Amino acid sequence: MIELRDVAKAFNGNEVLKGVSATLKKGETNLIIGGSGTGKSVLLKCIIGLIKPDRGQILYDGRDFYRCDDEEKQAIRREMGVLFQGGALFDSKTVEQNVRFPLDMLTNQNEDEKRERVQFCLQRVGLEKAGDRMPSEISGGMKKRVAIARAIVMNPKYLFCDEPNSGLDPLTAVKIDELIQEITEEYQITTLVITHDMNSVMEIGQNVIFLYKGLKLWEGDNTTLTNSNVLELNEFIFANKLLRDQAP
Amino acid sequence: MVTIGKYFVFLGYLFTRREKLSVYWRRFMEEAVNIGVNSVFIVSIVSTFIGAVSCIQTAYNLVSPFIPVSTVALIVRDMEILELAPTITCVVLAGKVGSNIAGELGTMRITEQVDALEVMGINSASYLVLPKVLAAMVTFPMLVILSAFLGILGGYLAGTLTGVISPKDYVSGIRNAFVPYNIFFMCVKPFVFGFLISTISSYKGYYTKGGALEVGQSSTQAVTNSCIAILVADYLLAQLFL
Repeated sequence: MIELRDVAKAFNGNEVLKGVSATLKKGETNLIIGGSGTGKSVLLKCIIGLIKPDRGQILYDGRDFYRCDDEEKQAIRREMGVLFQGGALFDSKTVEQNVRFPLDMLTNQNEDEKRERVQFCLQRVGLEKAGDRMPSEISGGMKKRVAIARAIVMNPKYLFCDEPNSGLDPLTAVKIDELIQEITEEYQITTLVITHDMNSVMEIGQNVIFLYKGLKLWEGDNTTLTNSNVLELNEFIFANKLLRDQAP
Repeated sequence: MVTIGKYFVFLGYLFTRREKLSVYWRRFMEEAVNIGVNSVFIVSIVSTFIGAVSCIQTAYNLVSPFIPVSTVALIVRDMEILELAPTITCVVLAGKVGSNIAGELGTMRITEQVDALEVMGINSASYLVLPKVLAAMVTFPMLVILSAFLGILGGYLAGTLTGVISPKDYVSGIRNAFVPYNIFFMCVKPFVFGFLISTISSYKGYYTKGGALEVGQSSTQAVTNSCIAILVADYLLAQLFL
């Protein structure tokens, strides 16, 4: 479980996050949704430790990330798996080397253990035959799946996905969503997905947080999402033509 | 001043939260091939022709009957050892290696590969940059030694093939009044220049913000700043060591 308490961040006097508090539940896919420029990505970067918030706390199972010492911070980092928007695969390494990278850097496993683990993760995302290919030789959807394999190779307790469906066709997007949800439930991890894709929200949104201008305006699940009284949320949701008929 | 301060803080990052030694060794070897071995061709071409041109132009200017012809070779040798091989080679390397480093790191930064390393708990600056710096400091002196040899050889070939100097005079000239200390000085320069080029280019690339346009700008700045740093350091080293 991850708790966000009054997280705030400003850049050059411009307040991007104005005190966001939320709880990201274990074993569920937690989604942060909102339009462009509402602070979703900044919040994610604050949570994973790439940007230090000006105020507030981020608690990983009770451990305050920004107040713990370097060693504990490293320990928390090693429990994270992150799927970046573009995949962030290392261009100079093959698919297999990309997935294997955290094992090489952070563990003392022997060759056989590493090979077995990499093979398992690639199989889990359906790419067991793509190990020898370079990132430039595979499609966008495959890149995302490789990035997921790399994110789960260390058995993370927390999985973070930044716009996992951006740039993907609807069919591949659904497959990625399903994969994220399966992994979350299978390994009982705390998953956070940043998205503005309503298909994802309706597909996997077990705990949905709506951000608007740096503030949390609504929280709930995808079954109650369309019944809210929050004007900004309704505007966001029903901007999608497919959902417009369901508008209250 | 802020940039210079940030540059020194960046240098400090290289030595904090280091990874396993085996990781650095593997990365160092990769970078030594990338920075050193892959630069042999361009260094060879440039050095040979610079040596050849130095010989022809020196001979063209030395028209006095009181100066022995072998002086042409002596001048070529000293020019190569003291200035052309270390400085010009490193300026060429600033263009090739510097832009490569800045472009690579800049692209890694804008495609979130650097963030991916940080999130894994790896010191991205140390993992990515330190092997490049060490590789440059080790391979640049080797390239400069090769450059000096090829420069002097280029002078020999150009001088003897065009008939401006005989092989005997050339060999006699390059053996005359030889100061071994100059070789030491020649090796110190690329050691320092290698450090400057690799760290300045890495700094520019590592802190790239934006997109493809900014990566290009970082590469250009990396080369420009490296060249300026080389020339300033060249003067300071000459003042200090000679």
